Amino acid sequence: MTTARSGRDSQSVTLDSVRLGEVGIDDVRIHPDTLEYQATVAEAHANPQLAANLRRAAELSSLADAEVMAIYEALRPRRSTATELEQLAQSLSDRGAIRNAALIREAAQTYERRGLLADPTT
Amino acid sequence: MIGRFRFMDEQPVNLDGFAIEDMTLGLIAFGSHSDPSPSLVIDDNGVVIELDGRAAADFDIVDSFIAAHGIDIDSSAQAMALDDVEFARLLVDVNVTRAEIVRLAAGATPAKLAQVLALLRPAELVIAMTKMRARRTPSNQAHVTNRSDDPLLLAADAATAAAFGFREIETTVPVLGDAPSNAVAVSIGSAVGAAGVLVQCSVEEALELELGMAGLVSYAETVSLYGTEQIFVDGDDTPWSKAFLTSAYASRGIKMRVTSGGGSEALMGAAEHRSMFYLEARCVALARAMGAQGVQNGGIDSASVAGSVPGGVRSLMAENLMVMVRNLEACTGNDALMSESDVRRTSRTHPIFIAGSDFVCSGFGSIQRYDNMFGPSQWNSEDIDDYLIMQRDWTVDGGLRSASEEHVAALRRRAAEAVRDVYQWLGLADFGHSWVEQAIDAAGSKDVPAADLMVPLEASRIIRQSGVTMLDVVTALDACGYTLEAGRLLDMLHARVKGDYLQTAAIFDEDMNVLSLVTDPNDYAGPGTGYEVIGERLVEINNVRQQRSVGQLRAEQAQGFSAALRVIGRAGIGSDPTEVTIGVSAATGRHIWTTLSGLSVVDVLDELLAGLEEEGCRGRIVRINDTVDLGMIGLSAARLSGSGIAIGLQAKGTALIHRRDLSPLANLELYSVAPTVTAELYRALGSNAARHAKGATPEPVRNPYSDMAIEARFHTKVVSLVAIERTCLDPTLGPEELELQR
Repeated sequence: MTTARSGRDSQSVTLDSVRLGEVGIDDVRIHPDTLEYQATVAEAHANPQLAANLRRAAELSSLADAEVMAIYEALRPRRSTATELEQLAQSLSDRGAIRNAALIREAAQTYERRGLLADPTT
Repeated sequence: MIGRFRFMDEQPVNLDGFAIEDMTLGLIAFGSHSDPSPSLVIDDNGVVIELDGRAAADFDIVDSFIAAHGIDIDSSAQAMALDDVEFARLLVDVNVTRAEIVRLAAGATPAKLAQVLALLRPAELVIAMTKMRARRTPSNQAHVTNRSDDPLLLAADAATAAAFGFREIETTVPVLGDAPSNAVAVSIGSAVGAAGVLVQCSVEEALELELGMAGLVSYAETVSLYGTEQIFVDGDDTPWSKAFLTSAYASRGIKMRVTSGGGSEALMGAAEHRSMFYLEARCVALARAMGAQGVQNGGIDSASVAGSVPGGVRSLMAENLMVMVRNLEACTGNDALMSESDVRRTSRTHPIFIAGSDFVCSGFGSIQRYDNMFGPSQWNSEDIDDYLIMQRDWTVDGGLRSASEEHVAALRRRAAEAVRDVYQWLGLADFGHSWVEQAIDAAGSKDVPAADLMVPLEASRIIRQSGVTMLDVVTALDACGYTLEAGRLLDMLHARVKGDYLQTAAIFDEDMNVLSLVTDPNDYAGPGTGYEVIGERLVEINNVRQQRSVGQLRAEQAQGFSAALRVIGRAGIGSDPTEVTIGVSAATGRHIWTTLSGLSVVDVLDELLAGLEEEGCRGRIVRINDTVDLGMIGLSAARLSGSGIAIGLQAKGTALIHRRDLSPLANLELYSVAPTVTAELYRALGSNAARHAKGATPEPVRNPYSDMAIEARFHTKVVSLVAIERTCLDPTLGPEELELQR
């Protein structure tokens, strides 16, 4: 049995249930536990980096689409100041997204060194 | 300029650009003097403090990310200490497992792997690729686009691509605003064509993610990586933003791979004096470090830049191998057209084709070149038959299969009608009858004058504004009676929930089984192992629609039957000195009625007789029933001839003049190339035979010139025709006299 993000058994999402209007978008979205499971599979197949990606993904699966898009935008070159990136990282880590928070903090450090932060004066 | 060079200059290959190596511009495939020597220093905490000659303080963004995430500390000491040649030999040693190479490569820096892979010669690249690709079963990807973003044509062409066996379909837009409509139309079309076809819509990163989140596409590929910081930032991204994007796709259960390719940095003028292959080695290391499951590389948009320098095409294949060695899915270029020359573009693809790849092309242009909104591909719709026949020639699985005209016609109709009905049901557009019919029949968008450019734009606006998701598309398909396709697209949504296709090199078979590194791992370990074309797949590859049996040819020949030619009795020896016999082969007037040139046997005989008569001779037709050899037929007929001269004619059209005192193989004149012999030439042969009979001087006749691949066109027919001739042999019959009613 595979559980969708909504908690529903994926098996119960049939054409009949779609027809009856009983299927929402969360019924066809992946559950973080499934991503964690897939991470263990990737690890067992000699790709710890893919596993790490899938674990970051598990953290993001509970975020709204718009927030995910906004974080991507914030990580693009010269979009964010060091403070903004730190606030973003803190906000994510407060909600348990510690791996993504770490990625953002690492980005902030490198961006600072390579001149890729936003100019706080503009 | 002399004629030979004027002629050579006119050849298509000379439209291609060729550059003199220039390290300062990055116009060098392998081994620029500015490429660093491999180095790796790790401190006591397991932190990489030097990478390929650069100290941590000087790391650019690419170095930083690779150093932080991309080096396996456990295998690095062994990998970096291994001699380059020794390492390279492991790649082609069938007794060294793929897993062992993957383990070592995980600890190798970009410069190390670049040096090692540069040592492999082309044949060694083929062996290494055969062994190192992730998935056992090869596959292929198609481009499906058109100039007008016509949803009906997109759907019909996506169904067609699926019918021909493509397991991924990539679309894009000439008009960005059309993207949602294209994604919906191609998804519907692909579901009509086959179950389990993955669909992507290549557009700007943020919009592509949005389409993915709405379920309107099932994978992503256009997440570009570059080997230098400058170009990365010019592309408005960093390794961290791209890594985040990678996770974002996975968080919605969507497969994705990244894109890179040698020559892109040189093309954009910031190669930092490095070789294309070294910069690509950085991209591939970065892809692995980010946790992407796969890479599309092999030049891609810059393939012709790599192709312009010495060893460049070789480096494109080595790039693909680099991806495999890093344990990632390889989508191996053969994408943007890199040459005007058919010879050169085939040469560029062929080693990868025979080695086998997760996706041989990262975009086979399944549509017209002019409709390919990525630009023409290395392989295009006009090449589908070539590709299918190359598979058959080499018994190689390049991911495609034959599809009958009847099958494709039915799918195109269903796909176009499904999109028409779904768009109407969702309130996106209304399509007129002629538009639908034109799209079904079209070879390309030029055949669809009814297409309205505003329709996809308006449909896309509604899709975005009202938040149409794939669930709505499934509902609409079901409501419109397309239950099968609704089920197939719902299956694609289920696949996201399961997540098995997030693993490396995943595709679906038509029963929705995931084939990936996990479920279908490449186990090549020398002859007799690994993927083999067998069973149903072998039949599928062998049975191209152009093949013919002797039985089919016999039936075609029977259609040319004529009652004008009939047997009147046994043939005796003539005494009239103006008589020239025409010895015909045993199948003539029995089973073979049409020569290879397309003339009927009856017409050929008529011309020969007329030629004889022009010179005052008389012809007599005799059928020689005891040999298939034309020399013997001619000689046997000459021995029956009053003048001692005969014409020999095989039913397939080959003809000669013979004389009764010559040896069988020494004839007077021969028309050996039957497919090119015209009625006029047969008449000339008749009159020359008469001149031989009279002792006059014959007119020299040349075999006609042709630059056709005569043997390729006709030899299979010849084999069948000779087989038919042989079945007609009956030595007990003796020679027969035939009469031609004229």
